This record gives sequence, C-alpha cells and structure tokens, in this order.
Amino acid sequence: MHHFMRFLVITALLMLMACDTDSPEAQGGPVAMRRLTEQQYHNAIADTFDSQILVAGRFEPDSRRLGLNAVGASLVSVTPSGFEQYEAMALYIVGQVTSPQHRQRLLRCQPQDAARADDDCSRLMLGQWGRSLFRRPLTQAELQSRARIASETATASSDFYVGLGLALSSLLVSPDFLFRIEILEAAATAEQAEPLQLSSLSLATRLSYFLWNRGPDEALIAAAQNGELTSKEGLKREIDRMLASAYLAGGVRAFFEDVFTFDQFTELSKDVARYPLFSSDIGELAREQTLRYVVDHFVFQEKDYPSLFTSRQLPMTAQLGPLYGLPVRSGQNWETLTLPASYPRAGLLSQVSFSMLFAHPGRSSPTLRGVFMREALLCQTIPEAPADVDFTLFADDQQAKYKTARERLTQHATDGSCIKCHQFTDPIGLGLEVFDGIGKFRNTENGAPIDTSGDLDGRSFANPIELGQAFARSPLVGACLVENLYRYAVGREEVNTERRLLRYLEVQFEQSGYHLTELLREIASSEGFRTATRGDGQLASPSGVIATNSVGKAPTVSMPATTRRRESL
Amino acid sequence: MNLKRKIHRRGFLCGSLQGVAISVGLPFLDLFLNSNGDALAATGAPLPRRFGTWFFGCGMNPQRWNPVTEGRDWELTPELVPVADIRDKMNVLSGFSVKMAGESNQVHRTGVFGTLCGGAPKTAESIEGPSLDVLISDHVGMRTRFRSLEMAAMGDPRHSNSLRDVSSVNPAEPSPLSLYSRVFGLGFSDPNAAEFSPDPRLLLRQSALSIVAVDRKRLERILGHNDRQRLDQYFTSVRQLEQQIALQLEEPEPLAACRIPDSPAQIPIDSEVDHVVANHALMAETLALALACDQTRVFNMTFSNRASGLRMPGSADTHHTLTHEEARDKTLGYQPRATAFVLRTMQAWTSFVKTLDAVPEGSGSLLDNCLVMAHSETSEANTHSVMGLPFMTAGSAGGKIRTGLHVSGVGDSTSRVGLTMQQAMGLNIGSWGTDQNQTSRPITEILV
Repeated sequence: MHHFMRFLVITALLMLMACDTDSPEAQGGPVAMRRLTEQQYHNAIADTFDSQILVAGRFEPDSRRLGLNAVGASLVSVTPSGFEQYEAMALYIVGQVTSPQHRQRLLRCQPQDAARADDDCSRLMLGQWGRSLFRRPLTQAELQSRARIASETATASSDFYVGLGLALSSLLVSPDFLFRIEILEAAATAEQAEPLQLSSLSLATRLSYFLWNRGPDEALIAAAQNGELTSKEGLKREIDRMLASAYLAGGVRAFFEDVFTFDQFTELSKDVARYPLFSSDIGELAREQTLRYVVDHFVFQEKDYPSLFTSRQLPMTAQLGPLYGLPVRSGQNWETLTLPASYPRAGLLSQVSFSMLFAHPGRSSPTLRGVFMREALLCQTIPEAPADVDFTLFADDQQAKYKTARERLTQHATDGSCIKCHQFTDPIGLGLEVFDGIGKFRNTENGAPIDTSGDLDGRSFANPIELGQAFARSPLVGACLVENLYRYAVGREEVNTERRLLRYLEVQFEQSGYHLTELLREIASSEGFRTATRGDGQLASPSGVIATNSVGKAPTVSMPATTRRRESL
Repeated sequence: MNLKRKIHRRGFLCGSLQGVAISVGLPFLDLFLNSNGDALAATGAPLPRRFGTWFFGCGMNPQRWNPVTEGRDWELTPELVPVADIRDKMNVLSGFSVKMAGESNQVHRTGVFGTLCGGAPKTAESIEGPSLDVLISDHVGMRTRFRSLEMAAMGDPRHSNSLRDVSSVNPAEPSPLSLYSRVFGLGFSDPNAAEFSPDPRLLLRQSALSIVAVDRKRLERILGHNDRQRLDQYFTSVRQLEQQIALQLEEPEPLAACRIPDSPAQIPIDSEVDHVVANHALMAETLALALACDQTRVFNMTFSNRASGLRMPGSADTHHTLTHEEARDKTLGYQPRATAFVLRTMQAWTSFVKTLDAVPEGSGSLLDNCLVMAHSETSEANTHSVMGLPFMTAGSAGGKIRTGLHVSGVGDSTSRVGLTMQQAMGLNIGSWGTDQNQTSRPITEILV
C-alpha cells in the first residue's frame, strides 16, 4: 500500500476509535492446535489428580517463533523420541494413580470386587479424568471405547485397576490431551457464518490457558456447556472470576517467562574460573527472583507496567545475597527488600537474571543485552549480521589495548554495514555494562572505568537506573506488551482484521494507566479472541511458517520499517 | 554363537495376566504370532548397515585443512594431522558447496541445512525437510527399536539438525546417562540372553496406543492443512512406538558383537571443551554398543553446535566469538586460538571413528558396516562461508564405500555428498536436491 494511503487509512481508523470506546469488531485469525508446554502438562496432571502425583520425564524442547514459545507451540509436533517420553510419563502417572497408596484418595468409587471389572466405576472415573484432560466431556464413543477396554482387561487380568489404568494411559497419550485443538462453532445458518465463533469449550480453554496457563476448571467447563460464554454478561462474569482467582499468578508468570526467554536457563552455563559465584542453582534462583518480582508487581501489588522498570522492591533470598552485595537474613525463604536510593540497581533490567542470560559464558555482552531489550521489550527486530562481513577487519592485534566493551564495540561501529544494527543494540546494552557476565556489580573492566551513559531513542541516561527510567517513559514498551500478549493469547501473529483491535488495546492499556489486569480483561473479552477462521490454507506456506500480511503496522516506531519485528518471516 | 535357548513364549501367553493377551488388541496378537515364524526363520541374515552424521560447528581454515593431493595416500595437512591413524578408514571430501539460488546466506544455518536437506533454506525460520538421516532411516530404520538416536555432547537437546520437517526436530540426548538409559534401560532385551521372556505389560501398552489411533479420522476432518501434517507426524511417532513394542515382543537374534556396557561415568556437562570431549567419548562408547546390539541403524552426533560454543576453561571467549574477533596472527596467517578448537575437533572425530572400529563384528569391525558423514555449517567461519565445506566419511558401509581417498568437489553442490550417502545405504534414487542443488551425480570415486 502506498504510504500516503496507509496514512489516510490509519488516520480514519484513529478517528473511528476516538468516537467509539467499545472494543472494535475484529475477525480473529485461524484456529490453533497448540502442543502443551512442560508447565501446562504439569498443571494438567495436578488438576486432574492432585499434587501428590509426580511427573517424571523429559519434554521436547519448545520452539520459539515471533519471540514466543506460545506461538511456536502452534507449529511443533511430536517426534518419535518425544512420544516415547510421553508414553513413559503416562505409565508412571498411571502406576501412581492406581497404586494402593493413592487410589483410595483419587477414586470417587471403589469396585465391587477389585479382582473383577466394574463398568460403572470405570466409566465414572474415566469420564471425570477425560473431561479434565481433554478439557471437554468425552464423547459417547470415546468413553465407550475406553470403558470397554477397561472391562475386558480387568476381566482378563482379574484386576480392576489394571483395566482402569490401561484406559487412563490411552487418555494421557492422546492428541486431544497433548494438543489444545481449537474448533469453531458450527454456524446454524449461512447468515451466521461471519464472523465464525470459537466453540464455547474451545473458548473456555483459550481463556483458561491465557489467564491461568492451565486447563478450564469445572465451573468454566460448566459455563461453556450452558452457553454462558456466548452472552456478553456471562463471558464477563467468567473473566472477572478468573482474574480474581489465585491461578492468575501462574498465568502472568508463564507469559513473562515466555517473553523473557527464561527457558534458556535450563542450559545456561558459565565459566567457573571467571565466575566462581555462579552455579546452576544460582541461575535458577535468579530466574525465580525475576518471575516473583513480576508476579508480585502486577498481581499482588497491582502496579503499572512502566514502574516495573523502576521499582526498588526486590524479592531476595540468602543465596543471592553475595551476588547483589546485599546482606540478607539467612534461611531459605524469599523476602522482599526495598533497595536504598544509593544502591546502583532498580527495576527489572538491573536484576541478575538478565545479565547472566544475555551474556557469553566468560563475559558480558552489551550486544546480546541490547538485542533482547529491542526485540522482547520494544518489539523491534535486529537482523542477523550479514554473512559476508570479514570480522578480522576489527580483530586488531592490539586488542589488548582496548580495556572496556565500549572501546571494543566502537571498533565495530567503524563499518557501515555493522553500525546499522549495532547502533540500536549497543548503546542500551552498554547501559548495563556495570553488571558482569553473571550480573555482579563492577565499576571497572580491566582496570578502566566503565561508562554506562547513552540514550534510548532520544532519552539519555547515565546508568542502569536511568536506563530503566528511559524504558518506563518509552511509548513503545506498552504497545509491545500489547502485541506480545495478544500473540501469546491466540498462539499466532495477528492478522489484518485484528490490527485495529491491537491499536484499540494499546489505547485502552494506556488509558487504564498501564494496568496489566485491565489489558488481560480487554483481550479476553475482545472479538478477535473469541472468533476465528478455519485453519485451511491459512497456514499453508510450505515451510510451515505462519502466513503474514503484507500490510505493515502503523509507522509509530522509530526503527527503520524493515527492522519491524519479524514482519516478513 | 548359537545357543539353544529356552523359549518362554507359550508360557508367557498362557500364564501372564491370565490370558489378557488373547482378549486385548487382536491385531497385535496377530503381529505377535506372525513374528514367531519370522524371528526363527531369520538366521544367518547379513549384518546390518548403519548410517550416521557427526556434526561440528564453525568449520576449519580451508588453506590449512583441505588436502592438496587427491586420491589415495593424500598428503596430511596441518589441520588433518590428528586423523593420520584413521586415514585408511575414512575419506576427505573437499570443495563441495551449498549453492545459493538467490537466497541469502543465513549464518550458521544455510551450510548445515543446505547439506542435509538438499537445498538452501529460503527464509530465516523455514527448513525444507526431511534431513538426510531421516530419509535414510525411513529406508533402513524401520526394523530396529529406535529409528535413530540423536546425541549432543554439549548437553543441549536443541543441538540437533535431524528433522522430518520444521515442526519436528528430533531432540538430542543431552547426556551420556540419558543415552544409556534410553538404550540399555527399561525395554532393552539382551539378544544374547539365554532365556527370552517378554514383559507382559507390552501388550497392555499396545492396546492403549491402539485406542488413540481411533481418534485420527475425526481430528483429520476438523484440522487445516498444516495442522493435519503435524497430526500425521504425531501418528508417525505413535506407530514408531508400536513398532518398538512389537520388536520387544519378538525374540531378538543373537548378536555376537553385542554386549551391555556399564552405566557411564558422570562428568560435568557444559561447553568447556575438555568436558565436551569426555562426554562425547562416553556417548560414542554407548552408541557403538547400541549399534552392535542393533538397537538403531541411524544416528546423529552433534559434537559442537552450529556457531560452536566450545570454550577453554577460564577464557572469556568461545570458539565462535574467536572466529570473528581474534586477529589473524601475522606470521602464522591464521587465528591460533580459534584454530586450536579445529584440532580438538579433529581429534574427537578420530576417537569417535576408533571407538566404532574397536567393536569386532563379523570378520571385521563395526565400523566396516557403518557409514558416518562428518560435516560442518561453514568452511571458514570468520566469513560464514558455505563454499568448500569440510566433509569426511568413515567406514565402508558393508562394502559399498571405498575409503582412504580425498576427493575434491571443485565447487559442486553438497547434494552430491548426500546423494552418495543415500545410494551407499541402498536407497533407490537417481537424483536429489532442489534448484541449483539438484544433482544426479554421486561421488563415484568412493562408491563401490
């Protein structure tokens, strides 16, 4: 589209929005089929049985697309080794559930004779477990086939529990459990064809994974079955209930864990000679600290998004004390400290989790830190370095004379093709250079003082605290959170018909004072969230990459248009 | 070794679970009975042929790695000195390139997926699968417990280039112990055991899987094109497990070369090169016996990842960052610290090949019945070059491959290497690859 035309359209849309505060019409994009994540699998087992039933096994790695595993989940399948693991996990779970130790507690019925089949009892339990695992009631045929095999096996083995366990294991390895498969409501008449609604049960599942990162509870399934989610009031009632639930913390945590790419902590390793304070336990605690911080900030304290970058509240544990140079009372428990004004850290970005994750094993990396901040927090894409750059141009044999990362990176910036990207990443990354490769504070590198001054798209800063303030004031962070959260909710990139909705959500988020709960509510009740198109053809590109749209987003970004995040996959 | 073994199959059928086998899952009972005849009939079968890849990141220095002389008795070069001991058991294939048909060179991706998939990937997130090893496992991997085994010596399950399509990248075993447990743990049945008594629970597991298959038709009707493909992949994986269970119900053929290894030692798992070398050696030993016990016929070993993260203890740099940031030594003419990793890699390759060669099989060694292709994603990593990529093969694929040679590809597509691997492994294909990387010319110098 011609730029001027695009400008006119956008202006018209903005004007429309100005006189209409209702959520706009927005046909949602294609339905998704998402593989459960490891955490979601754990949650499903805890919800279906209870927390005493353990999950043991290895999960296939998730796949990140558009910066989110939640989007990659719509693209991955199950490999032979992945399925082997699912089956082994199922057998382990079944073994526990049907063991004398647990079955009294977990079964709502007891067989008349444990050495014989009991169709009523196996139907009751398979129906209950199936409803929880499949996130919908089993069909007659599904229940029938499982009940039959449970009875036949119980008779043949003279053990009711062997039969029940066999049928249960078939539920645990089914695609209906391992994937969240969304379906559309059958349109009653041709006039009702547009926009197509998600089926009530699919909507319930989408809601519960979005807000809780777990399957719908009994009340939500019941509301879906009673048709309550098809009315505005009924839907609002359920969303309000879910936002007030204790499960919201798990949902918020899962979203930020995904945006922050914290799954990478599993494989994080550091050079122990250079970083004796590091261990994989410290890595896990650093990750936990940031997630606690985020959940506490948004869910328990109901604070706004910008102050996430500036807050002086910090959950601490004794083991992290040495890394922060802070005295912490001994003990295993977390306590929230209020950092003094003189302390050189405040807000999200100065936490050690980011410093250690976005660094090399043996040193910090202003570039990796800058790429993370640009891509995950501002939704801008930094292209890969061009393939044909001869890096030895910069590998000055006097390298030793450059003491600091800033001096070394300045050498890169002498080349035109490098500076195009490094000018976006390095200045903000260098703002965190006083944190070494595991986040420990330092004033000097190789004896030379570290300069952390720079600017974020015109907002200058002198140190990490001011960098956080610059992020808090950036107009891009709010819009980026909206974009990430919407994609996380629907498991794919937004389509053309949802772009207006995204603009609207940005405005609403701003008007709410950047309160996350309000944004969650707006997304959950939007038309884009509860409507969808068929999967056919929409995802038909041969590479399996989600189809994208040729129309770009509103030119509100200071980055060159081509670097807009993954705009053209 | 042809022991007269007590067969407990009938006892198993009658006794275990009081006949549950008969009432549950009739198709599987058929399979079970069918296997009886097959298993007994198949004595004196030829030794299996195996295929594997061995990947290393960040390539080499072409002027120091590529042999100058061709054919037999090629002259060792500075970076190939470590392979001297195994020169007669391997080949060097130099000069083969991934051809770019207008695509951009995606750093650290184009070289490897261009090689394995027969064409350069078109976008930053797409890959046109399947990879070479999957094509070969479709052909030779169906009668073993595992269709293929993937291993990552640096401990990251993501370090795998084996894939059917972009939605299903086969994750790697991230530790010697996980590899050992998967192969020799639960479900392993010793082919040389005096008695064979399959676990009666195998039949229950088959029944549970058979119910899942019933849901397929319903799901296929409601899914879009790509999701249907993902569902197909899921059911391929279900079938693979069914196959695995069916094989466990069969009495395995005695295999003279097979013995059960001890559980591997535990060494720290990270990117420090000494740890990687040690973990790689442990994985190689377990793998060699997994092959000797015919648990799989296809494998993929990732020694170091794409954009190699190998590092020396106490160093701020990784192999990858050194290839970009280290100055070329003025007198030597190359990057000495980065190049040290190339030498460590060639040593590791040599030890890998020796490990396979140390297992006696038939009248020779396990290696004789293997074909291993070593490859990387770049030649010169400093410029991310995908021209003249380094390839080595080891083993003679049961007499299908000549060894001891250096062949220069003079700029031909890497698909010639892939085509040669497939033909040596018995695939009936005449050409392979896409666009400029399509070829119908195998490397006849090494094909018998």
